Amino acid sequence: MNLWRYLAEFALALVLAPLSLGIVNRVKAKFSGRHGKPLLQLYYDIAKLLRKGEVVGKGTTWVFSAGPAIAMTSAVVALSLLPLGGVASPFAFQGDFILCAYLLGMGRFATILAALDTGSPFEGMGASREALFGALAEPVLFLALLALITTAESLGVEKELSLSTLFNGFSPQAWLSGRPELIMLIFVMGVLLLVENCRIPVDDPNTHLELTMIHEVMVLDHSGPNLAFVLYGSAVKLWLFASLLTGLVIPVMPVWAHTLCSLLGMFLAACAVGVIESVMARLRMHVVPALVGLAGSVAAFVLILTLVR
Amino acid sequence: MFNYRESVAWADVPLMSMNDLRSAVVERCRKGWRMLAFFGVPASDGVETVCVLADASARLLDAMRAKPGREYPSLTPQCPQAHLFERELFELWGVKPQGHPWLKPVRFRPPAQGPRSSRPGPAQADYYRVDGAEVHEVAVGPVHAGVIEPGHFRFQCYGENVMHLEIQLGFQHRDVERLILDAPATRALPLVENIAGDTAIGHATAYCTVLERLAGIRITDRAHILRRLALELERLANHTRDLGAIGGDTGFLPTSAWNGRITGDFLNLTAELCGSRFGRNLLCPGGVKWDVDAALSQALVKRLRAAFRDARGSVDVMLETSSVLARLTGTGKVAFEDARSLGLVGMAARSCGVSMDARMDWPLCDLDNGSLHKRMRTTGDVLARTLLRSDELNDSAASAENDLLQLGFSSGEEPCRVAMPASMPPDRLAVAQVEGWRGEICHVGITGNNGQWLAYKVVDPSFHNWSGLAMALRNEQISDFPLCNKSFNLSYCGHDL
Repeated sequence: MNLWRYLAEFALALVLAPLSLGIVNRVKAKFSGRHGKPLLQLYYDIAKLLRKGEVVGKGTTWVFSAGPAIAMTSAVVALSLLPLGGVASPFAFQGDFILCAYLLGMGRFATILAALDTGSPFEGMGASREALFGALAEPVLFLALLALITTAESLGVEKELSLSTLFNGFSPQAWLSGRPELIMLIFVMGVLLLVENCRIPVDDPNTHLELTMIHEVMVLDHSGPNLAFVLYGSAVKLWLFASLLTGLVIPVMPVWAHTLCSLLGMFLAACAVGVIESVMARLRMHVVPALVGLAGSVAAFVLILTLVR
Repeated sequence: MFNYRESVAWADVPLMSMNDLRSAVVERCRKGWRMLAFFGVPASDGVETVCVLADASARLLDAMRAKPGREYPSLTPQCPQAHLFERELFELWGVKPQGHPWLKPVRFRPPAQGPRSSRPGPAQADYYRVDGAEVHEVAVGPVHAGVIEPGHFRFQCYGENVMHLEIQLGFQHRDVERLILDAPATRALPLVENIAGDTAIGHATAYCTVLERLAGIRITDRAHILRRLALELERLANHTRDLGAIGGDTGFLPTSAWNGRITGDFLNLTAELCGSRFGRNLLCPGGVKWDVDAALSQALVKRLRAAFRDARGSVDVMLETSSVLARLTGTGKVAFEDARSLGLVGMAARSCGVSMDARMDWPLCDLDNGSLHKRMRTTGDVLARTLLRSDELNDSAASAENDLLQLGFSSGEEPCRVAMPASMPPDRLAVAQVEGWRGEICHVGITGNNGQWLAYKVVDPSFHNWSGLAMALRNEQISDFPLCNKSFNLSYCGHDL
C-alpha cells in the first residue's frame, strides 16, 4: 500500500516538475510588465526536442552524448530517495542522504565531463565554475544535515536516520520540542536551492552572454533529445531542492493534506525564486563564494547550537 | 591656428618635414592639445599626412601637413592617442610608422584588385599572446550569441582573470569615406547617416556643419534649435536603451524590459519630426528639412514628458536596488591617465574625470546651452558610466522640452533652412566636432582645386573608445566583460567605416 502511494506521489512529482520552472518564468514576466511565455512552455519544448534530430560536434566522444542522460537519471534516482507528500520513500535506509548528495554529484560530474569533451573554451570555463561552486555547496549541505542528525539523536528519534525521517515533518516537531534554531536551516536550504539550480543571484538562466554563464554554457552544444534531458533534469533538480525545503517546514499531517501542503509549498518556492530573480541583480562571480560561505556559517552556527545544549 | 567655426585655406596649412610635424604634435599633446584626426591625403607625388589638433581651453584648432615618404618615426610611443591613426595610415597608404608598438591593419580591407581571399580576414591575423601552462586564451566572435554587429575579442586569461584583451574589428568595413568622396551631393547625406545607424543625427550634423563652414554660411537659430532637439532626442533614446541593457546584463529584468518599451517612445518622437525613428532625412546642409509648428510642439512636449517620467522611474528602480549598485561599483575601471593618453572621448572620458563635452567646448552656435551641463564622474567604472547616462537623461529631457516649447512659441518667425551655394569653395579645410550620444564625432573635409572633395575624414567616438574598453578589462574578471562592453556600448560600424 505504502509503495503504491509513494509511486503515485513520485509520478506526480515527475509530471509536475517542469511546471515549477513555468511558474518561475511567469512570476518574472509579471514583475517586468510582460505577459510571459505559457506556463506549460517547458513541456512543449521538451516534446519538440524529443522529436528532433541531434547535432553532435565532430570532436566529441560518447562522454559528451552520455552526459545529459546520466545527469537526468541521477536527478530522478536522487528524487526517489526523498519523502514525497508525506510518504516515506520505500528505498529509504540509514544514511541515504549521502547517496542522494553524491547522486547529484555524479550528475554534475557527467555534465562537467560532457562540457570538457567539447573542447570549447566557454564550456571549459563554465565547467570550472560549476566544479568550484559545487565543491563549495557540498559541505554546506552536509553541515545542515549534520545539524538535523544531531538534533534527531538528542531528541531520541528511534527510527533510522534517513531523508525520509529528517525531511518528513521532523523539523517542525523539533522546533516545538525546544529546538527553534533549526528554522535557520530554511535559509541554508534556500541558498543551496539557488546555487545548485544556477538561479540569480548566482547564475542567470536567461542570459545569452556565454562569458557570464555557469550552467547554461556547459550545455550549449547539446541539442535534440539530449537537450530535452538537460532541461528535464534541471526541472527535476529544482523540484528535489524545493522538496527538501518544504520537507523542513511542513509538519506531520494526513497524507492528502500533506500532499496538498507540499504542492502549495512547491508553488510558493517557485514564486519565491521568481521574486528573488526579479528584485535583485546577479552577484559578481567572485562574491558567490561569500554567499555560499554565509549559508555555511549559518549551518555551522545551527550545528553548534544543537551540540552545546 | 584657426577658429574652429571657420575654414582654412589648404595653402595656409603649413607643409613641414615629418620630423617637425612629429615634434610639433608631441609638444602640443604634452600641453594638453588633443589629436582630432591624423590621416593621409592624396598629393601629386604620393601622399601627404594631415594632422588636426584641438585645444579646448582656447577653442583653437590647428592643422599641419607633411610628406611621410615610405616610412617615418612613429608618434605613438610619445603620443599614444595616435596609435590607431598610424595603423590606419599604414593600412591605407602603406606608410610605415617605425617603432609603432603594435603595427597591424585596423580593418583588414580587402584588396582593391584581385580576389578578396588573397588577404587574411581580421580574425586570422596575429594576436598578442601570453604564454604559460596555466594561461588560456578565449576567442569570442565575430559571430555572437546576441543579434549584434560582428567583432572579434581575444582574451588572455589566467583563471577567471583577464590579463589582456585584444579587440579586432573591421568586419563591417564599407569604405564610407571613399563612397562620400565619389557620391553625388544628394546621395552623400544618406551615406553619412548610415556611418553608425544609432547616431544618424550626430553624423548628419557633423557633415552638414563641415559643408556650412566650408561655404562660410551661418544657418538660422531656429535650425540650430531643431538640430539640438534632434541630437538630444537621439541621446535620450540611446541612453534609455543602454541603461536598460545594463540592467539586463546584471540580471535585473524589470528595468531591462521597461526601458525597451520607453526607448521606442523616444524614437517615435523623432519619427514625428521627420518620419524616421532614427532621424534620417531630418537634416540638410543649410539647416533642417522639417519644421515644428505650435500644434506639433504641444503634442510632442506632452509625449516627451510622459516618456521621460517613465524612463526616470524605471532607471530609479534600478539605481535604488543595492544588488545592482554592488554589481556595478568598481567593475571595469579606466584610469584617468589612460583615458587622457588614449584620447578617449565622450561619456567614456567624462566618467573617468576627463572634462570634455563638445556641446560646451565647441558649441555649434551662440545660443545658450540652457539645461545642458557637462556631467562628470571620477571613478571610471561601470557605475560611473551608468550614473553619467542617468544624469544626462535629465539634462537632455529638460533641454528637449525647452527647445520644443521655444519652437512652438516662435513658430513661423524664421525659416529653418537657408540656401547653400551650388558648389564648394576650392582648396579649403573645415572641421566639425559634434557631441553625439557616445561622444565627440569629428568630421574633416578638404576640397581640391575644382571644389570637389580632396579628402573626407570621419572619426566616430568608437574609433577612440574601443581601446578604453580593452583597458577596462585589464585584471578584471572575464565574466564582467559583457557588462563592461554594455557600459561603453560602442559602435562596430562607426569604427569600421
